[in-house]
Amino acid sequence: MTGLTNTNITPPRWLLAELTYACPLQCPYCSNPIDYANYQSELSTDDWKRVLTEARKMGAVQLGFSGGEPLTRQDLPELVKHARELGYYSNLITSGYGMTEEKILQLKEAGLDHIQVSIQASSQELNDHIAGTKSFEHKKTVAHLVKKHGYPMVLCVVIHRENIHQMPEILAMAEELGADYLELANTQYYGWAHANRDLLLPTKEQFEKAEVIAQAFKEKVAGKMKIYYVVPDFYEDRPKACMNGWGTTFLTIAPDGVALPCHSARDLPGLDCPNVNDYSISEIWHESKAFNFFRGFEWMKEPCHSCDEKEKDFGGCRCQAYLLTGDMYNTDPVCSKSPNHEVIQHAIDSAKASANLTGEEKPLIFRNSKNSRTLTKN
Amino acid sequence: MTIIPDQPINFSSLHRLQWEEAQQKYVILYPEGMVELNQSSAEILKLCDSTRTLAQIVSELEQKFDTTGLTNDITAFLGVALQNDWINQH
Repeated sequence: MTGLTNTNITPPRWLLAELTYACPLQCPYCSNPIDYANYQSELSTDDWKRVLTEARKMGAVQLGFSGGEPLTRQDLPELVKHARELGYYSNLITSGYGMTEEKILQLKEAGLDHIQVSIQASSQELNDHIAGTKSFEHKKTVAHLVKKHGYPMVLCVVIHRENIHQMPEILAMAEELGADYLELANTQYYGWAHANRDLLLPTKEQFEKAEVIAQAFKEKVAGKMKIYYVVPDFYEDRPKACMNGWGTTFLTIAPDGVALPCHSARDLPGLDCPNVNDYSISEIWHESKAFNFFRGFEWMKEPCHSCDEKEKDFGGCRCQAYLLTGDMYNTDPVCSKSPNHEVIQHAIDSAKASANLTGEEKPLIFRNSKNSRTLTKN
Repeated sequence: MTIIPDQPINFSSLHRLQWEEAQQKYVILYPEGMVELNQSSAEILKLCDSTRTLAQIVSELEQKFDTTGLTNDITAFLGVALQNDWINQH
């Protein structure tokens, strides 16, 4: 700890508990770090319970159980029960793989509030290809069971160039499955998605066409289904207000206990992200170097520092600034005021050029331990 | 969508109304979201328990806060709550 004291720190509201990096799926846009295979250790049940207790005491109330695939943790019902007793609103963010009706009932009994099931596409062939695992029919069964047992059903579909043409069919599928919420998440290009960007980033025309269809559907189902549309920031001219501001709202705990201001932050250099094995959540939130790093506005360079929009978007995303410009203090290059804004157009052009290549010339890199080790070998 | 006067009002089974000690206020929790409530909104929603109609909620709150003329404000707020699916009447 650096002994920093800042009296203007707001308490965490959202806790993302990444219980494990283990996952039977191999989605090539996975937000886990490329080198996840290097982090084999996982927090124990008691460690997680302590983390949940401490964060709740500070004011965290929304809790996401994520991963990897959180269902691979045998202690999930015990953690859900503990979370419910503490008064969290708990969300299970799952691929559905390994889910049974018995488990759905067990988790309901333990106090789970909602289940978010991801589906990769509207057709079995494409879903199973993208997931790298035969899983389409089972996912639909899980979605039905989630509804049957009275959970709010949230369907999440990550959108990219391979499935964006299926937008009308994806919407029809959500309606047929009776989703209460549909999250249409345009791929954010970090981790594995960054590595596969040329093959995943749709063209501007594809985005605009899909967005028109999604907006019309949103109006049609108003009152029955809520749509969360995660915008594709490469086609915006202002950056997203990433994490609602660094260290203001969100706390992510990685499987090995490393505490992160956002789930990509372990890729940023020199942050020395603290581990819950060494510090309390309160020490981490208030005093750690990592959580104070980009709090406030003093760290900003130009054009952010004198920008009248800085309190709206906080300079955008630090991880994106680092990935695309090599300097995490820079303005997010998505911003049209950024002197590095041309890197976005280069990425778009490069992706467009790759659209004409065959899968043999440039294959998707699927997220698995073998590829993780290959990509992180120096 | 408007409130049907003679039917009781339910709080949504897909949302949760909860007191937050850290924030010193009531909140509504739902998938990936939270709404912070002011005191009067919370007092109204706490009475949406499937047993009371609009008129009963109004009279109970007028009695509790020793006042009159709350009908319009409460009706307007419940209209908003209905549109947001926090409450329903089926």
